[in-house]
Amino acid sequence: MTVSSTNHTFRKFKSLALNALCIACAVLVILPLAVILFYLVQKGASSLNWAFFTGVPKPAGAPGGGMGNAIVGTLELLLLASIIGVPIGVLGGIYLSEYGGERLNTWIRFWADVLNGVPSIVWGMVAYALVVLPMKGFSAWAGGLALGFIMIPLVLRTTEEVLVLVPRSYREAALALGLPQWKTIARIVLPTAMRGIVTGVLLAMGRVAGETAPLLFTAFGNSNWNHHLAQPIAALPLQVFSYAIAPYDDWNRQAWAGALVLVSLTFLLSSGVRLFLGNRLQKNT
Amino acid sequence: MNSTMTPEEIKSAPAGNAEKPPGAIPKPDHKPAPAPAVSAARPVAALTVKNLSVFFGKHQVLKSVSLDVQARAVTAIIGPSGCGKSTFLRSLNRMHELVPEARMEGDIRLFGQDIYSKDVEPVIVRRRVGMVFQKSNPFPTMSIGDNVTVGLRLNGISNRATLAERTEKSLRMAALWDEVKDRLNAPAVSLSGGQQQRLCIARALAVQPEVLLMDEPASALDPLATSKIEELILDLKKEYTIVIVTHNMQQAARASDQTAFFYLGELVEFGPTAQIFTSPRQKRTEDYVTGRFG
Repeated sequence: MTVSSTNHTFRKFKSLALNALCIACAVLVILPLAVILFYLVQKGASSLNWAFFTGVPKPAGAPGGGMGNAIVGTLELLLLASIIGVPIGVLGGIYLSEYGGERLNTWIRFWADVLNGVPSIVWGMVAYALVVLPMKGFSAWAGGLALGFIMIPLVLRTTEEVLVLVPRSYREAALALGLPQWKTIARIVLPTAMRGIVTGVLLAMGRVAGETAPLLFTAFGNSNWNHHLAQPIAALPLQVFSYAIAPYDDWNRQAWAGALVLVSLTFLLSSGVRLFLGNRLQKNT
Repeated sequence: MNSTMTPEEIKSAPAGNAEKPPGAIPKPDHKPAPAPAVSAARPVAALTVKNLSVFFGKHQVLKSVSLDVQARAVTAIIGPSGCGKSTFLRSLNRMHELVPEARMEGDIRLFGQDIYSKDVEPVIVRRRVGMVFQKSNPFPTMSIGDNVTVGLRLNGISNRATLAERTEKSLRMAALWDEVKDRLNAPAVSLSGGQQQRLCIARALAVQPEVLLMDEPASALDPLATSKIEELILDLKKEYTIVIVTHNMQQAARASDQTAFFYLGELVEFGPTAQIFTSPRQKRTEDYVTGRFG
C-alpha cells in the first residue's frame, strides 16, 4: 500500500492551518492585555513621579499631589481581606479535600460557586450592614471585610483543587507510619501543596485588589492618610474612579497613573511572588 | 524428599501418600532440613487472622480468611489481580479503613492483642505494623534524612543524637546507607527508583515496627533493584515479621518461608513455600503457580 503524495500534502496543509489558527487565537487573547498596558503606560507614565507615590491628593485645581495614601490604603485593605479570607478559605478547602463527606461536599462546593458569582457590590452591602451600620461610620475594617468575603470562595476552591492533586500515596505513607490524620495533613499534605495554595491566595488577592464597587460604601475613600482602621480609608480603585470622572485634566492624568499602578500591583501579585516561590521550591524537586 | 528414607520407611509410609487423595492431608513425616531457630519450638504467630471478611459497600472482597503469620519469617501472599491480596494486607494495619464504605468481620490479633478492639487506636496499630507500598512514595518536600526520621520527629522525638542514630541504623538495614550517607540533606526525589523504594523501607523501619507489610515492593523496579530488595527482605526477617504481596512467583519462591494463595477473595492454600510451589494440595494452586492462569 502506498501513501499518495497529494494526500500527504493536504495533511501537511491541514496541520499548518490549524497551527496558524491556534497561534492567532493565542495572540487574540494576549493582544487586549498588551494594548491596555501600552495605553496605560502612554497615558499614565508621565504623571508617575516621587510625589505621586508619597503625596496625598491636592485640593481641586491645585497642581501636583499624589496617591500615596491610596496605594498604602489598598495594601492595608488587602492585608485585612487576607486575614479574613485566607484562613477561612484554606481551612474550608482542607475540609472539602480531606474530611468532608461526598453529599455535604457537593453542597458546599455548589454554594461556594454561587458565592463566587455574587456581584461584588452585594458584598459591599453585606459589609455595610455588618460593620458600617453598627460602627456608625465607614471604615477600613468594613472595606477589608467586604474584600475578605470575596476572597473566601476563591481561596476555598483553589485550595481544595490543589489538595486533591496531592497523590493519595503520600497520605497513606504518612498514615502507615502511625501519624494521626491532622499531622498527616499539616506536615505532609499541606507542604506538598503549598505552592498551589499560595498561588491561589495571590490570584484571589489580585482579583480583589482591583475591586471598586464593594469599597464604595465600606472603605469609602479618604483624601488623607488613614491613621486608624476604624476610619474611612483611601483605595486605588476608588481614587481612580473619582479622579477619572472629575472635570480636571490633572486629575484625569493622575487617574491613568493610578490605573497603571493598580495593574502593576495585580501583575506583581500574580506573577512576581509566584516566580520567587517557584525558584525556591524548584531546589526541592 | 524420600531420598533420606530407608526402604523400610518407604514401605511403612501411608499408601495413599503417593496419589494424594483430595482431602486427605498427610502429616509431615519429618521437619524440613534447614530448620530456622524459631521453628525448632512451635513457631510464634505474630499475627493471627480468624474468619476475616472484608466488604467494600455490598461487594465482599475477602471471604472468611484464616491464617497465622509466623514471627520473624517472610509470608508471601500470591494470587491473580483482584483476589483480595492487597485488601488482606491493608486490613492487617487497618489501612483499608481509609476507603469509604469499607467494613470488616472477623478477628485479627497482633501477638495476642485484638487490633480491631474498640479501645485500640488505628494510629497505634500502624505504628506497630509498618507498611511499604508498591510505588515508592518518599515525601517530595523533604530531604533523604528527613524522610527517614519523619515518623519519629512527628511523633515527638527531637533528640538529635537519637535521630542521627536511627537514621543510620534504618538506612543500613535498608542497605542504602553507603549510597546516601554523604548527601542526607539532598532531596529524596533525587534518588533513583530503587533507592527511593529502599528509602521508603528505611522510613518504615525507623519507627521500629514489629511487623512490616510490603505491597508488591519491587513491581515497579528493574531486575537489579528487585534483587537488592529481595536480599534486603531475607536480611530483615532476622528481626522483623514480614508479609509481602507479590505478583512475581519467583520472588515468592525465593524470598518467603510461607506462602498463601488467594483466589477470588478466598484463601485457597497456605503452607510452607516449598510445598506450595512443588507439591500444592489444591488443583487451583498448582494451576496458578505453574502459570496456567492468572
